[in-house]
Amino acid sequence: MLPLILFYVFATILVAAAVGVIVARNPVYSALLLVLCFVTSAAIWILLEAEFLALVLVLVYVGAVMVLFLFVVMMLDIDLEALRAGFTRFAWLGWITAAVVVLEIVGVVLTKRLGINVMSSASPPLPADYSNTSALGTLLYTRYVYPFEIAAMVLLVAIIAAIALTLRHRRGLKVQDIARQVAVRASERVRLVQMEPEQRK
Amino acid sequence: MSALNTLWAQLPPYAHSTVWTLVLTVVLILSVAYLTLWERKLIGWMQMRRGPNRVRIFGFLPGMGQPFADVIKLLIKEIVIPARANKLLFALAPALALIPAFAAWAVVPIAPHYAIANVDAGLLYVLSLTSMGVYGVILAGWASNSKYAFLGAMRSAAQLVAYEIAMGFALVGVLMASGSLNLGTIVARQQGGILAWNWFWLLPLLAVYFISGVAETNRAPFDVAEGESEIVAGFHVEYSGMAFALFFLAEYANMILISGLTAVFFFGGWLSPFAGYPGMGTGGFAAPGTHWLVLKIFVLLCLFLWFRATFPRYRYDQIMRLGWKALIPVTLVWIAVEALLAWAHIGPWRV
Repeated sequence: MLPLILFYVFATILVAAAVGVIVARNPVYSALLLVLCFVTSAAIWILLEAEFLALVLVLVYVGAVMVLFLFVVMMLDIDLEALRAGFTRFAWLGWITAAVVVLEIVGVVLTKRLGINVMSSASPPLPADYSNTSALGTLLYTRYVYPFEIAAMVLLVAIIAAIALTLRHRRGLKVQDIARQVAVRASERVRLVQMEPEQRK
Repeated sequence: MSALNTLWAQLPPYAHSTVWTLVLTVVLILSVAYLTLWERKLIGWMQMRRGPNRVRIFGFLPGMGQPFADVIKLLIKEIVIPARANKLLFALAPALALIPAFAAWAVVPIAPHYAIANVDAGLLYVLSLTSMGVYGVILAGWASNSKYAFLGAMRSAAQLVAYEIAMGFALVGVLMASGSLNLGTIVARQQGGILAWNWFWLLPLLAVYFISGVAETNRAPFDVAEGESEIVAGFHVEYSGMAFALFFLAEYANMILISGLTAVFFFGGWLSPFAGYPGMGTGGFAAPGTHWLVLKIFVLLCLFLWFRATFPRYRYDQIMRLGWKALIPVTLVWIAVEALLAWAHIGPWRV
């Protein structure tokens, strides 16, 4: 009973926060509501006994990705009037995208059911010493090792491409050479001068 | 007493964990209060000063009343909300900074084979919570509607993202050594005296983890987020009274948390340093217990304070360079070394 109540509580928060992400006028609020979305969906995953995925979701998306998102969003000069102006102009595009996504999800759920039956308590709870993490690891590195490695390579290529596309060398830029700074000696920087002391008359 | 014991045994598990949560929270808050005093005393002695010695408790123990005097002062101060600040986020930020620092203690094994929540993926839980603490800093900086606060928040965000990676990689090494994500198991696998603890085989990772920990808690020499010589007080410049005290509490609670985690991951948590040697037996000095954990946390906290008294503040670009170009490569190399050692069956690996 308790898991069911918790599920509905989290699901309500999740849907409300997700609506908030697109409705909120202030982009910072949107980003924060998206954080709330991630955290609540992680809670739902924990209810499904997928604690590894849940914690990694929080770690990666809340801990790193959304921090960078906020980083960028906060830099924006938020002009609410300007944001409101274009809102309805592209609404039709948004509606079409949403409809297509919903249709796709319904299609997948109807045809495959994904092997999950969330709403019933038919699946027995896993034993207490069952390690979700090692099960996932074993599967990833045996059965799905090639797709896994290919995905890793795709990510690596994306990283290198992103760096290569944005890397610019400006001419005449003043850069500190750290090795030279570290290797500096006192004799190169300080000149000791011998002077006659001033004589009191 | 025996009646109390039977009553305690009859309580359901959730009552046990609730009681322990309350006890731990109170102990942590008191530790934070006295950590602030100990910091000022210790740094005072290091700089040939006496430190706070005026406020007494009931007329004796000079200085021991200082934390309470500070708290009462902060409690009765007015909380000023800046004009055009985002009031909701301004009020939310201190709480967001504080909650993860306390919540992470749920999975820390505080006594032999006991943690409030014995979670299987405890290490991941700790990592995700410590990474959430940055939201308090970022939101405080943005919601204050102040340039200095915002600069502090930006610095903090970049710094945290960089050091988080080094921290995570350092913990991968711990994970390889113990073969478990459960913090209790990680401690139990370090059984067998001081040299069996993880620090011996994972020394580079210990250095990386602790340095990243100092950076994540925004402590000197990585305290550019509040660098008072450039940006006044950084992200909490607009906070006053109790709202400021909450940030203060969060910073010190995070220090205690990082020390506790370092003790658990690298120094055998509640294990005794004398256990596992011939002639020591299992009782007396060799017996495991919470007192060893407390002792280790205390020593590590003194390191935090020592750093603060010793090192000048890093320049911002130097912080970034250290994180990305020194700490992360060190962890990557040492993980490879660990794998080679494990492959050659040298050392206590369980891979």
